[in-house]
Amino acid sequence: MPASQSGDAAKTGVAAGAPSAAAPTHRLVAIIGAPNCGKTTLFNRLTGLRQTVANFPGVTVEYHVGKAQLPRRHDVELVDLPGIYSLNARSEDERVSQAVLMGQMPGLRRPDGVILVLDSTNLSRHLSLAAPILALRLPTLIVLNLADDLRKRGGNVDTGALANELGAPVVLVSAATGEGVSLVARFLTGGIAVPKPVELPVIQDVPACRQWARDVSRDAGYEHPAPPVWTRRLDSVFLHPAWGPLAFLLVVATVFQSIFAGAQPLMDGVEALIGASGSWLRGQLPDNWVRSLLIDGAWSGVGSVVVFLPQILLLFLFIAILEDSGYLARAALIADRTMSKVGLQGKSFIPLLSAYACAVPAIMATRTIENKRDRIATILIAPFMTCSARLPVYTLIIAAFIPDRPFLGPVFRTRAAALLGLYLLGFTAAVLTARLLKSSVLKSERAPFVLELPPYRLPDPRSVGLRLLDRAKAFLKRAGTVILGVSVLLWILASIPPGKAGAPPIEESLAGTLGRAIEPVIEPLGFNWKIGIGLVTSLAAREVIVGTLGTIYGMEGEDNTAGLQAALQRDLTLGGAVALLVFFAFAMQCMSTVAVVRRETGGWTWPLIQFAYMGTLAYICAFAVNKLLG
Amino acid sequence: MSFKKRKLRQKSLADLAVNEEGILSRIDLPADVGGRLMELGFLPGHPVKAVRSAPSGDPRVYLVEGAEIALRRETSIHLILESE
Repeated sequence: MPASQSGDAAKTGVAAGAPSAAAPTHRLVAIIGAPNCGKTTLFNRLTGLRQTVANFPGVTVEYHVGKAQLPRRHDVELVDLPGIYSLNARSEDERVSQAVLMGQMPGLRRPDGVILVLDSTNLSRHLSLAAPILALRLPTLIVLNLADDLRKRGGNVDTGALANELGAPVVLVSAATGEGVSLVARFLTGGIAVPKPVELPVIQDVPACRQWARDVSRDAGYEHPAPPVWTRRLDSVFLHPAWGPLAFLLVVATVFQSIFAGAQPLMDGVEALIGASGSWLRGQLPDNWVRSLLIDGAWSGVGSVVVFLPQILLLFLFIAILEDSGYLARAALIADRTMSKVGLQGKSFIPLLSAYACAVPAIMATRTIENKRDRIATILIAPFMTCSARLPVYTLIIAAFIPDRPFLGPVFRTRAAALLGLYLLGFTAAVLTARLLKSSVLKSERAPFVLELPPYRLPDPRSVGLRLLDRAKAFLKRAGTVILGVSVLLWILASIPPGKAGAPPIEESLAGTLGRAIEPVIEPLGFNWKIGIGLVTSLAAREVIVGTLGTIYGMEGEDNTAGLQAALQRDLTLGGAVALLVFFAFAMQCMSTVAVVRRETGGWTWPLIQFAYMGTLAYICAFAVNKLLG
Repeated sequence: MSFKKRKLRQKSLADLAVNEEGILSRIDLPADVGGRLMELGFLPGHPVKAVRSAPSGDPRVYLVEGAEIALRRETSIHLILESE
């Protein structure tokens, strides 16, 4: 920890001077800056793969920590704090950043230094964040990022003069190209000279602070760059009254088509891999209950979820590219009008679209929504969107109960119409729920909808890659914990009490007993105990019911899909079949979603409310449908 | 509508045509909301320019201090401009 050179403690706002005196001890440095200033790109440059994600206790704000890649004797850990405009603690992000910088965040000690990242292409605007940060009197390096952009657009700044004005070292950096990053590393190892500390005014008032920022940047010879010409040109297309919505639809269609169809070969590949490795493992192990637990329980259970990894990664690849290029903000702007009609906002659009693939990544994608209530409302309605895990269930029931006849013309047939109807059903439930939420418990705070449109930029492949890795890790971690646990539990339920030849007949197992126990509850919906077991097992993941029913009816593999359909036709009335479809459209039959909602909302309250709400709605609607049709 | 009444009516950010610029006079919103908008660059006494609209007309994008910020009409009608 370097000694503070600030002389008079009574005069606040004196920039603390020296960076470290090359102390080889472990140090913690916080990276802070406004949104879209390239803070995370710099963090990725400095840490590379040596970073992890963590959640601050009690809040939903996530942060990354990583070891800086420095010469061996230096041990510096970096914390990437959320993007903020000020330290006024208006938003959760600002409260968290402030708490960390003051050393009041439980579980994280006070940083020994700060790297303040400012957008050099708009310095007079962003410099106002320097006043409250420098007033903290932590050793601070001021990084003027996007230097390449500044130069290209004909801007200029005298870093030496600015350093003297601020009393803190200033470096001009381009995190995207790597220019100047070595200077940041030198700051971290204590090799950067520090100008004489100066007294900075204490500014509470926002206009006065902006004026100070303008004065300082002028005195430092800041020449404002020309407006970003390409951004203006692209916006005149992407936000054009006619071309804009067209481009928007094209982007949406591409994303939708890719996560649906494009991911399929990859998913088939992963599925084949899991199947093959499971068979291989089966051949290697002796035939006993351990093998059954490992393969029929754990392996196939976790496998049924890991199959979705390619889809999730593809979705996040799109989101990362859209976000980093600047288009996501334009998409939010275009979607805002429509989304506001149900009380939501433009930034909810992409997460909700993603939920058609899978609610889990969709809920993770809500992190781009800063307004907390809008974010929770989006999380709560996302599982109503028809995710791909519902498809196997829908396909099975529709094929068994809906005759294949022409509906609207020869191409659009009854079965496709039924499937589309189920998509619309989920969508309607989502819209009505959003209205309900936004007019009651989640009525928006007074915070207005504010959206900054950053200049378009080429996405940095390194940052995109690191984010994909991040998401993959989070997803696999859950598959390896929650899903593994549920799979093993289900295997146990289906395996005890053990029969003469290993596993008992399903109706005599604990799962069968359980199915029969809930039969009185589901009987009004038109379901028997076998469907009941399916409902219980599908809590792990919706499509599990297909496998479960296959097992219960004594069939295996895809060859017997027709047999399974025939069995269902015997066991279900039309009313019961439609009720089952409606039940699956509404119920939150997905432990992964429950787990991710708990993680993202920071507690059990919201996932439990959501589970109860969706379950009740599913039960009532399935009941009504069964009575009407039965 | 009488001439007098129209003259008395204050012009807000929402009344700016695209490419029109005005000087912000005050923000008729609660202090915390106003503070947030000021941090984003909507400062009384400083120019604000309407640069474009979302294709549907709302929200609208404003240029303040070199940054483009979109506001909904429900917000921008409370940002009052200085009269000419």
